[in-house]
Amino acid sequence: MRFLLIEDNEQLAEAVVDRLMLDGHVVDHAPDIQTGHDFTATTSYDLILLDIMLPDGDGRTFLARHRKQEESTPVIVLTARSEVADRVGLLDLGADDYMVKPIDFSELEARCRAVMRRRGGAAQNLLTLGNLRFDSLSGTLKLPDQDIQLRTRELRLFEVLANAPGQVFSKSTLVDRLFSYDEDVTENAIEVYIGRLRRHLEASTVKITTIRGLGYKLEVA
Amino acid sequence: MSTPVAHGSIRRRLLLSLLASAAVLAIVVYFVVQSVARQVAQESQDNVLTASALSILDSARLSGGEISIDLPYSALSMLDSISDERVFYAIRLENEFLSGYADLPEAKENGAVSPAYLSAMFLGEEVRVATVRRRMSTDTGRSFLKVTVAQTLSGQKQTLARISRTSMGIGAGFFLVWVLLAALISRSTIRPLDRLTSSVSRRGPKDLRPVAAPVPSEMVPLVASLNSFMRRLQQSLMRSEDFIAEAAHRVRTPLAVVRTKAEVAQRKSDDPETRKALREMIRAIDDSSRTAGQLLDHAMVTFRLDHLAREEISLHRLVHDTVERMRPTSELKDVTLEATEVETAVIKGDPILVQNALHNLLDNAVKYSPSGAEILVALTTTDDGATISVNDTGPGFQTDELDELPKRFARGANTQDIVGSGLGLTIAKEVVEAHGGTLHITNNPGGGACVSLLFPSS
Repeated sequence: MRFLLIEDNEQLAEAVVDRLMLDGHVVDHAPDIQTGHDFTATTSYDLILLDIMLPDGDGRTFLARHRKQEESTPVIVLTARSEVADRVGLLDLGADDYMVKPIDFSELEARCRAVMRRRGGAAQNLLTLGNLRFDSLSGTLKLPDQDIQLRTRELRLFEVLANAPGQVFSKSTLVDRLFSYDEDVTENAIEVYIGRLRRHLEASTVKITTIRGLGYKLEVA
Repeated sequence: MSTPVAHGSIRRRLLLSLLASAAVLAIVVYFVVQSVARQVAQESQDNVLTASALSILDSARLSGGEISIDLPYSALSMLDSISDERVFYAIRLENEFLSGYADLPEAKENGAVSPAYLSAMFLGEEVRVATVRRRMSTDTGRSFLKVTVAQTLSGQKQTLARISRTSMGIGAGFFLVWVLLAALISRSTIRPLDRLTSSVSRRGPKDLRPVAAPVPSEMVPLVASLNSFMRRLQQSLMRSEDFIAEAAHRVRTPLAVVRTKAEVAQRKSDDPETRKALREMIRAIDDSSRTAGQLLDHAMVTFRLDHLAREEISLHRLVHDTVERMRPTSELKDVTLEATEVETAVIKGDPILVQNALHNLLDNAVKYSPSGAEILVALTTTDDGATISVNDTGPGFQTDELDELPKRFARGANTQDIVGSGLGLTIAKEVVEAHGGTLHITNNPGGGACVSLLFPSS
């Protein structure tokens, strides 16, 4: 996905960009509202992450102008303020969602997914692998004779593997991607989800293979 | 809020001083009327006595050196006409007794003044005595003929008693009328104070505008200091609101930097020890940011509770929105979150607080539910009010800690290794109680906990 991050704190912006790039996203960073408008005028983004307190104004002014220009790019506001009143006002102004700093990136991912789903997601989210089509928004695996609805973790595991077929993912990487930091999980927990996915994929030409000592990879026959 | 100690009452003091002065006035009026009446009665009696004495004196004839007195009937009958008084007389020539009551005392002339009067006792009765004299030339030379007439006072006393009763009645009537007037006066004097009191106490909780209505000049200093107090209060409230927002900003932004960098480093590292250390760091950061967040939330809640708004809240919409907003977080943990039974309900209150309370309950439920669990939210209505209940299939609460849980910073025994500050239930409880409702925590028979918020129908 292509993100635009509008955030004036350089350190935080740098860290967020690094973090999102780890998941294979492309991120542009704008330090103020004006630069943000310049970016949106020339590039089309999948999602805008917007800070509220910016040097050249309030993030709300960006939101208002963004909506006035009938830009459809969803906006998730990052706020440091705890005032729920603020957050409710943000949604009224046209923000799709808000998150309170510090950001939990797996939560951000979940919120992006929810926003996309609410926006009625487009067909480009349909991924074809062998005889299988995968709709990441609704979380369904479309097999020739049946549709399988994945649960959230199965969906995210499949998404990680299917976005890079052939690439080996270690158990620890998968734990990072699947579980939030406040859950105590052992790497063996991954095996449960791999097992479930394998059962769902039995009728397809897609296989998850175990590379002993290294991890798992997805293969298309 | 403590009730100020009342020390005395202006109205009572005003009423009492008005009544005391009225009582003094009534007594004075009584005595004045009585003394005037006595004086008038005495004067008229004196006049009659004088007239009677003079008519006796006028009838005195000198014939051949002898004094003859033909006692005129009218002289004594005019005295009789006053009342049933007994009348006495004495006629003397110088000191020689001529006729009448020899023992009757004589009013001593005061120099040349005639007539002279005297109050004295005669035959065991109080009498008023008048004496007139005239110079007569007799054989023995010129000498004074003195006529003394006296009358008892019992009739006059009765009259005076009647007058005194009447004046007492007048005094009492005057006093009663004054009591009514004093009550009216004291009430109308206090009325501006009452008006000020009701105009201040009728205000909405956030209304800190100065009092603008005109007040009597004596109350201007009071109202001026009240206005200045309210201005300072408003400033300090605004400062604390700003402070909460500012503190949140200052704490969260650096935490966000540290957490994100730690997450990047953790993802990049292959060393299990480093990864473990970084994971623990991130959890500690989450812990402190949650605590900071809930403390600030709690401060915000306390602040808003002091100034509870009374807006109409569509509970069904609020439940729906809050559940939707929580769903991504629950999905992350593979926890199903559903609003099942949602009836239509509208209450009066602060929507932000109620949303915060429900958010905290859902946050708790998601946090303490194991992967694969279910959280069901319901909004039901009865005659008593509306109930939002959050049912989960988690471990439930230990029965011996159900009462302790909503206290600040209390955490259940089965919450090891889960990030949380323990303020969530406290916030929810304070919010629902501020709206006149109650929070109930129970364990479901089939396992799992049920936390419900009952809002009474307004």
